[in-house]
Amino acid sequence: MISIVLNGRAVTAPATPGQCLRTFLRAQGCNGVKRGCDAGDCGACTVLVDGAAVQSCVMPAFRAEGHAVTTIEGLAEGGELCPLQQQFIDSGAFQCGYCTPGMILTIAGFDAVQAADPARALKSNICRCTGYAPIADALDGIARCDDRVGIGASTPPPAACGVVSGTVRYAMDAPPDGLLHARLRRSPHASARILHIDRAAALAIDGVRLILTHEDVPHFPYSTGRHENFRDDPEDTLIFDPLIRFAGQRVAAVIADTAAIAEAACAALDITYEVLPALLDPTAVQDEGAPQLHAHAPRNVAARVQGQVGPHATIDEVLAGAAHVVDRTYTTQRLHHASLETHAGIAWLERDAAGEDSLVIRSSTQVPFLTRDTLARMLQMPRERIRVFCDRVGGGFGGKQELIVEDIIALATLRLGRPVALEYTREEAFTGASTRHPMQIRVRMGADAQGRLLGLAMDVLAETGAYGNHAPGVLHHGCNESMIVYNCPSKFVDGVSVYANTPPSGAFRGYGLSQTIFAVESAMDELAIASGIDPWRLREINMIRPGDPMISHHDTPHDVTFGSYGLDQCLVLARDALDRAQTPELGDGDWHLGDGMAIALIDTAPPRGHYAHAAVTLREDGGVDLDVGTAEFGNGSVTTHVQLVATTLGIEPTRIRVRHGDTEAVAHDTGAYGSAGIVIAGLACHRAALALKAEMEAFAADHQLGTDPGAIAARAASRGRTLSGSGYSDGSPRSVAFNVQAFRVAVNRDSGEWRIVASIQAADAGVVLNPMQCRGQIEGGVAQAIGGALMEEVRIDGAGRIANPSFRSYHVPRMADLPRTEVLFADTYDTTGPLGAKSMSESPFNPVAPALANAIARAAGVRPRSLPMRADRIWAAIREQSGEMSR
Amino acid sequence: MDLHGVREIVRPRSVEALPAWQPGDVMLGGGTYLFSEPQPAARRLIDLAALGLSPARREPAGLRIAATCRLAELASLEVASPAMSLFAPAVHCLWGSFKVHNVATVGGNLCLALPAGPMSALMVALDGLLCLRGPGGALRDLPARDFIVDFLTTRLHPGEMLESILVPNAALARQGVLRQASLTRYGRSAALLIGTIGDGGFSLTITAASKRPLRLDFGTLPSAEQVRHAAADALSPDILHDDIHGAPAWKRDRAIALAGEIAEALRT
Ligand SMILES: Cc1cc2nc3c(=O)[nH]c(=O)nc-3n(C[C@H](O)[C@H](O)[C@H](O)COP(=O)(O)OP(=O)(O)OC[C@H]3O[C@@H](n4cnc5c(N)ncnc54)[C@H](O)[C@@H]3O)c2cc1C
Ligand code: FES
Ligand code: FES
Repeated sequence: MISIVLNGRAVTAPATPGQCLRTFLRAQGCNGVKRGCDAGDCGACTVLVDGAAVQSCVMPAFRAEGHAVTTIEGLAEGGELCPLQQQFIDSGAFQCGYCTPGMILTIAGFDAVQAADPARALKSNICRCTGYAPIADALDGIARCDDRVGIGASTPPPAACGVVSGTVRYAMDAPPDGLLHARLRRSPHASARILHIDRAAALAIDGVRLILTHEDVPHFPYSTGRHENFRDDPEDTLIFDPLIRFAGQRVAAVIADTAAIAEAACAALDITYEVLPALLDPTAVQDEGAPQLHAHAPRNVAARVQGQVGPHATIDEVLAGAAHVVDRTYTTQRLHHASLETHAGIAWLERDAAGEDSLVIRSSTQVPFLTRDTLARMLQMPRERIRVFCDRVGGGFGGKQELIVEDIIALATLRLGRPVALEYTREEAFTGASTRHPMQIRVRMGADAQGRLLGLAMDVLAETGAYGNHAPGVLHHGCNESMIVYNCPSKFVDGVSVYANTPPSGAFRGYGLSQTIFAVESAMDELAIASGIDPWRLREINMIRPGDPMISHHDTPHDVTFGSYGLDQCLVLARDALDRAQTPELGDGDWHLGDGMAIALIDTAPPRGHYAHAAVTLREDGGVDLDVGTAEFGNGSVTTHVQLVATTLGIEPTRIRVRHGDTEAVAHDTGAYGSAGIVIAGLACHRAALALKAEMEAFAADHQLGTDPGAIAARAASRGRTLSGSGYSDGSPRSVAFNVQAFRVAVNRDSGEWRIVASIQAADAGVVLNPMQCRGQIEGGVAQAIGGALMEEVRIDGAGRIANPSFRSYHVPRMADLPRTEVLFADTYDTTGPLGAKSMSESPFNPVAPALANAIARAAGVRPRSLPMRADRIWAAIREQSGEMSR
Repeated sequence: MDLHGVREIVRPRSVEALPAWQPGDVMLGGGTYLFSEPQPAARRLIDLAALGLSPARREPAGLRIAATCRLAELASLEVASPAMSLFAPAVHCLWGSFKVHNVATVGGNLCLALPAGPMSALMVALDGLLCLRGPGGALRDLPARDFIVDFLTTRLHPGEMLESILVPNAALARQGVLRQASLTRYGRSAALLIGTIGDGGFSLTITAASKRPLRLDFGTLPSAEQVRHAAADALSPDILHDDIHGAPAWKRDRAIALAGEIAEALRT
C-alpha cells in the first residue's frame, strides 16, 4: 500500500514492489499519464512530484509515498483549463495529442534555468507529429488558431480540450473491468523451425489463463498489411507460424491475470528450435540456389515492377547520345515510425438483447473496417458480429495500416469470454511491427546540352523482409510519381522487392516515394552540377506541366488528372524564400554553406479503390450528428470534416457531434491512409452535408420555414421526421499535389557536423481548408523527414536482430534538433477535391532528404548517397575524399 | 517500466541498517537506469535514498558529495570554488533532461559506468576519492580514476556500495573547462572531456569516446598541439567505444580536437 496526495486528493492504494509510478497512477484512473517508451526517453509519462517534473515510468512508485503528485487531470482548476493548456490549443501544439499531457507537465515544471533554454529542457520529450514548432509557439504565447469559422479558418480540432486535459481515450485508456493481459514470446532466431513447445512450466504459473501457439489457432494465411482489396498484399503470414522467418516473429501468446504473470509465463515456455541459415543480404537472396523463404516466391521475389516507354530499347542507347549523364546508386535505410502510442488494443464481448455475443475491439488502428473484415474471415464470424473502433490513435505514419495485435486479443477473448489487452512495448514496436522498406536505387539519366532529359531509368531493390505486407504497393508507388514528375521521352523501371530473414517492412509515410524521390532528386542535382545548370532551372526545364501526359514507365490509362497545378508557384515561392533567408554567424571552425532543393509530386489518393461513407443527421436541438468512418490519429481529418459540414450547412462547428473511426458509424471506410482524410472521406462528408442541406431546404419550403436549422429541426421533430443526408466517395478521379523543399545548411568540414540554417517548404494543397492544421502537417512531415535524413536508422546485427530497439539508441529528433521551417502555399483550386482542397499529409516528407543531401553535398564538398547523413559519416566521406586527393 | 521480478523493497534508515547482502539485491539510486530496462535478476531493491545522507557538505579536506546526491542538487550547489563551476555544465551533458536530473544520482551515474557518464568525467577530472562500503560495513577509499575499468564495469565488489565522493580542496581550487561532442544537439555524448589547471599543472580527462575514463597529466600547460598528440596516443583502437552514438574513428577525432580546444581555452 502506498499513500499519496493525487491531484489534491489523498489516495491509498496497493503497489507491487517493482512497480513504477506510471503504472500506479494509471491504475488510479489517471489515463492522461501516457506510456510512449517506458524507459525514460520520451516524456509522455511526465508528472509533477511536489511540483518537480519527473518521468513516472523511471520513478519507483514507492518513492512517491507521502508526496503530492499532479497529473494532467489535476492541472485544470475547477474545470477551467490552465493558461498553458489553453495556449497549446491556441497554438495548435498537438496532432495526435499523445505527447501532449507530458509535454504540458514538463513545461509546467520549468524553473528559470529551463525556461531560458526550453529546447534543452525538452530534450527528453518526443513529439513525433508536430516537429515542435507549434509547441515552441505555445511557449512563446504565439497563437495560430483563429475564431473565424468556415473554409480557410484555423479552427482547433473538436477534441482539443480533451487532448490537453488528458481525457481523450487512446487504445489502452479506461479499460473494462476484469481485464486480462496478453504478452508475446518472440523468436530470437532469424530463421528456424519450431520443433517443440513445452508449456508445462508456463501453465503451472498461477494466473495463466491461456497459451496460444501455432497448434491452437486457425491456419489462416493473411497479410498484416491492409488494403481495400485484401489480395493486394501476398497472403504469406500465419497467426503463428512454426517456420520462423525473422528474429522477433511471434511464437506464442500467453494470456494471464496480469502483464507480469503473462511475461513470466512467456519466459517459462520451453521452445526447441532447429536453427536454419538466415538470409540477411537482399542481393544474395536472389541467387540461384538460395533457400526460398516462401513457397510462392521463387528467388525470394515478393513483388516486381518492370516497364518502359519511349523510342529506345535500353537506357544505354539513350545515354550514348546524351551530353550529360548521371549513373549513381543511392541507399535508404530502415526507419521506425515511432508513433508515440505503440500498437495496442483491447477486446471484449458484448451481449445483445437476443443474448448473442458480439466481439468488440478498440485498437490503435488506421483501418478499423479493413481490420474487422479480415478478422471476420480469420475467425469465420459474420462481419455484423464484430465491431472495431478507435477513439483516438496516438500517431500512425503508416505503421498502423497493419493488423498487428487485433488477432491475438480477438482469439483470446473468444476463448476466454473475458476482456483481453495487448499493448506493445517500445521494444516490440521496433522488433515486432514494421519499418520503412530499405532500398538500393540506381538512377541513370541523360540530358542534352540544354539540360533537357532524354532518358530516365530507375532500378530498385527493395527489401520487404520476412513478409510481403505492402511489398507490391510500396514498390509500385515508389516507381510511379517519382518518375512522372519529369517529362522525358524514354523511361525505364526495373524494380523488385525481395524477401529476407529480416524484420518485415511495411507502409511508411510516403509509401515508397520518400526513398525513390531521394534517389531521383539527388541524381537531378548531380545532373545540375555535371551540366552547370542551376538546379532550380533544371527542374523548370523538365518538370511536368498541365497538359503533359502523366507517365511513369507505362502508358496504361489511369484516373489521375491535373485537378489543379501549383508546382510552378511552389518553385518560385521556395526559391524567393531561400534568397531572402538570413544566414547567422557560424562562429569558429571550418564551416561552409550550401543550398539544396528538391521537388515532389504525389497523387492525392491511393489507386485501386478507396471508399468512404458519411452520414449527417439533423438533431432535434438544431445541431448535427456526423458519422464518418476514418480514424483520427493526428492527421486532423475530423477537424476538416467538421469545417466542411459546418460551412455547407451554415452552423457553428461546436454544434456538430462526430462519431468516427468506428465500424458501427457507417457502412464502410477504407481507412486513414494514403492521405485520404480530406479528399475521400472529406468529400463524402461534404456530399452528405449537401444532401442534408437539400433535404432541409425541401422540408423548409413545404412548411413555410426560413433557413434557421433550429426551427427546421424542431418542426421535423414534431412531425416525427428525421432529416439526414448521406455521402459517398469512391476516391476517383484523383489529382496531384506538389511539394518543394529548400534548405541552406552549414557543414563543418573538420567535424562533419551540420546545421540547418534555413528550411523552406512550399506546397500545393489546393484550397487550404485549415491553414493551422495544414501547416502543422507540413512542419511535422519535414521534421520527421529530417530525422530520417540525418539521424535515424534501425540497425540489424549479424544475427538479423534489431540492434537498437529503443529511443535511447534510435534517435528521434527532439526540439533542439530541428530548424524552423517556413511553410508557403501555392494558390490553386482543385477541381476533384472537396471545395478545391487536396491532400497534404504524407507528401511533405518526400522532398526533404534529397534537398538536404543536395545542400550538404555543396557545403561538404562530398555527396552523401546513403542515409542517414550523420556527422560521423560526412566526416568519414570528407576524409576519404581528401585522402584520395592527397594521394 | 515495472520490474516484475522485484519482490521486496528495503529502506534502511542508516548505513548501519543496511541489510546483509544476498543474491538478487540491487542498490537503488534514482532508478533512472534500473527502471529503464528489464532487470530479470533483481529480487530486492535497497533504497539508498532512505539513508538520508546529506547531498553535499564541506569537510576540512574538501567537498563530500553523497552518492545519493541528485544531479539537480549537484547542479544547483552554490559555486564556492572555481572547479564547482563545472558541476552544472557536467550535469547538462547527461542526455536525460532536467526531469532525469531531478531523480538520478551522482552515485548511480558512476556505478552504471557508461562511457557517456558525465559524473565519471567530473569525478575523474576533480581527483574524486570514492568512499566504498562493503557488505559487512568495511570502508575503503578508491580514486575515481581507478573506479571504472571497462564498459559498464567498475571495481565494486558484490554487495559493495558507493557511499560518497570526496573532492579534495586542491582540486576544487583548479580552473576547469569542459567540452562535449555529440551527433545531435544536446544529444548523447560521443566525446566528453574536462581539462583542469592549477597547482601540479594541467590534466585532461577523456570520456565517452573511450570505454573507460582516461586521465592524462602534464606538469605544465602544454601547447594545443602537444595535447592533441597525447590524446591521440591515449585513444588507441582497443580503448575506443563503439556504439550507435558515433563511429569510433569519428569519436576519436572529436576527442582529439576537443583536447586541443581545451588547452587553448585554458591558456587564455
Ligand atoms: C533519457 C535518459 C538519458 C540518459 N542519458 C545518460 C547519459 O547521457 N549518460 C549516462 O551515463 N547515463 C544516462 N542515462 C542513464 C542513467 O539515467 C544515468 O546514468 C543516471 O545518472 C543513473 O543514476 P540513477 O541514480 O538513476 O541510477 P540507478 O538507476 O538507480 O542505478 C544505476 C546503477 O548503479 C547502481 N547503483 C546506484 N547507486 C549505487 C550506489 N550508491 N552504490 C552502488 N551501486 C549503485 C545500481 O544498482 C544500478 O546498477 C540516461 C537515462 C535516461 C532515462
Ligand atoms: S513513457 Fe516514460 S519517458 Fe517515455
Ligand atoms: S502530437 Fe506529439 S506525438 Fe503526436
